[in-house]
Amino acid sequence: MADLLTFNRSRLPERFERPGALHFVAYVALLAFVVWSFQGAGWSFSALVSGGPALADFLSRSWPPSLERLPQLSKALLETFQMALAGTLIGIVLSLPLAVLAAKGLTRPSLLSRAVYTSSRLLIALFRTVPDLVWALVFVIAVGLGPFAGTLAIAVDTVGFCGRFFAEAMEDVEKGPAEALTAAGASRFDTIFCAVVPAAMPSFITTSLFALEKATRSSVVLGLVGAGGIGIELKVAMDFFDYQLAMTIILMIFVLVLCVERLGTLARSRILEGSSQ
Amino acid sequence: MAQPLLQSAGAVAPAVPAAHAGTNPLCDLKVEGLCKSFGKDRSVLHGVSFSVGREEAVALIGSNGAGKSTALRCALRLIEPEAGSVLLFGEDISSARQRQLRRVRAEVGFVFQKHNLVPRVSALTNVIHGNLGRAGGMRGWSQLLAATALRDRAMACLDRVGLADQALKRADQLSGGQSQRVAIARALMQQPRMIVADEPVASLDPVAGQEVMDLFRQLTREEGITLLFTSHNVQQALAYSDRVLAIRQGEVVLDENSSGLSAADLGKHYG
Ligand SMILES: Nc1ncnc2c1ncn2[C@@H]1O[C@H](COP(=O)(O)OP(=O)(O)OP(=O)(O)O)[C@@H](O)[C@H]1O
Ligand SMILES: [Mg+2]
Repeated sequence: MADLLTFNRSRLPERFERPGALHFVAYVALLAFVVWSFQGAGWSFSALVSGGPALADFLSRSWPPSLERLPQLSKALLETFQMALAGTLIGIVLSLPLAVLAAKGLTRPSLLSRAVYTSSRLLIALFRTVPDLVWALVFVIAVGLGPFAGTLAIAVDTVGFCGRFFAEAMEDVEKGPAEALTAAGASRFDTIFCAVVPAAMPSFITTSLFALEKATRSSVVLGLVGAGGIGIELKVAMDFFDYQLAMTIILMIFVLVLCVERLGTLARSRILEGSSQ
Repeated sequence: MAQPLLQSAGAVAPAVPAAHAGTNPLCDLKVEGLCKSFGKDRSVLHGVSFSVGREEAVALIGSNGAGKSTALRCALRLIEPEAGSVLLFGEDISSARQRQLRRVRAEVGFVFQKHNLVPRVSALTNVIHGNLGRAGGMRGWSQLLAATALRDRAMACLDRVGLADQALKRADQLSGGQSQRVAIARALMQQPRMIVADEPVASLDPVAGQEVMDLFRQLTREEGITLLFTSHNVQQALAYSDRVLAIRQGEVVLDENSSGLSAADLGKHYG
């Protein structure tokens, strides 16, 4: 019995793996970089303290919110949401085929499919990594000021977001049903649409709802560069020190984003309920 | 229960004598020298050879992990064997192009060990998918889009496995046994010349299991469909086959007519 115990103990794994010298240096360097980052970010307690009263001043001067331009602002807010909705829908429609190309394991391994996979992944990454504000600037140059530029920017941004997550959802789908259809002689194309897409559908829908929330938030900002929506109203109000108007706009944005998020959460939980059975 | 089954199997002569099955020109499936390994040191099949004659019912037995499912997958090139050749309906598909492969696969109804139904769509849609090998395109994607004739035929297939009343139920809401029967209906939808069934009744209750095996027998006897199935039930394997193959550690160790075999003979090939 005692022998058995000591034998077992000798085979116990270490609680921690002792880091090697190289790892240790890496950890220290990482920590140093984090500390340095705060300095680089201009972190300053004194500015934080002196900024307090200025913020309080802004808040006191912005209260109560002014209601005089409410009709115009409501129209601008609606336009903001319409941009988000239209842009997201266009983006989702464009994402689907791109995601099929960018999902591993849907096509037979070959040199061509590797090339298609890599280039579509790169394209999606480009759409995703360039910030939507930059896309908005580009589209303002291309199609002029106004909501259409913003809609295009949101569409591109959505392709970057949905393209990636749609592709990953399709990669994660169970392989059995697709194998069954392949065994029945179905083509790749039919197999993807009959076996992979339905199984990935809950994931597609939740991703799309997230994309809509994201688009609603960014459509507010896009107005700042003249790409339509309520953002431009906010900028003008701020530039003219009309803080009461600015507060109205901020609150309206808050309510809109909150509503979209609530609806999104509700719809998602409905869908997940349906798929857990 | 096993005894009468055994007798009834012995009473009917096999459609194709086993001794000639290998050389029979009417040979639906003939695999030779299949080798398959997963990774470097997971060799699963070492030169598996067997054949299944036209309208013959062949049982494939062997313990867990012996390589039965792998052999069946290789026979349709769902996974690529490293070596060996496959003749399906006389066509060499060892190096067939995708188009030829699809045409030949469409003639084989493959029932998987795990039913492999598409979740979130109806049982009827799953059955209609069985026709995709013959006619692809949108109209075969869902019962919503399918032509009336196709829906009728799919309903008939569901009816054959006793599930016509569950047609519009979502596949992921069916019980395990119901799912397996829908998978069989999907295979029937292909109007196959041959059915390959990997443990088709493992998840069915005894009555449903026997019904399905009886259906298979009826298909071979009356409609001339060739059958290759695996089973862990040696009595069932004997009762419903003309010939039994046993596979052990990736090699075929038995290939004999069922009529001359007893359950005890088969039991030896486990463990
Ligand atoms: N995709 C895979 N990757 C790695 N190993 C695999 C894979 N498929 C099967 N194997 C291995 O190959 C061996 C044979 O598996 P196979 O599924 O053919 O056995 P089987 O005879 O069908 O067993 P069972 O009676 O349990 O269904 C097993 O050891 C299994 O672990
Ligand atoms: Mg198996």
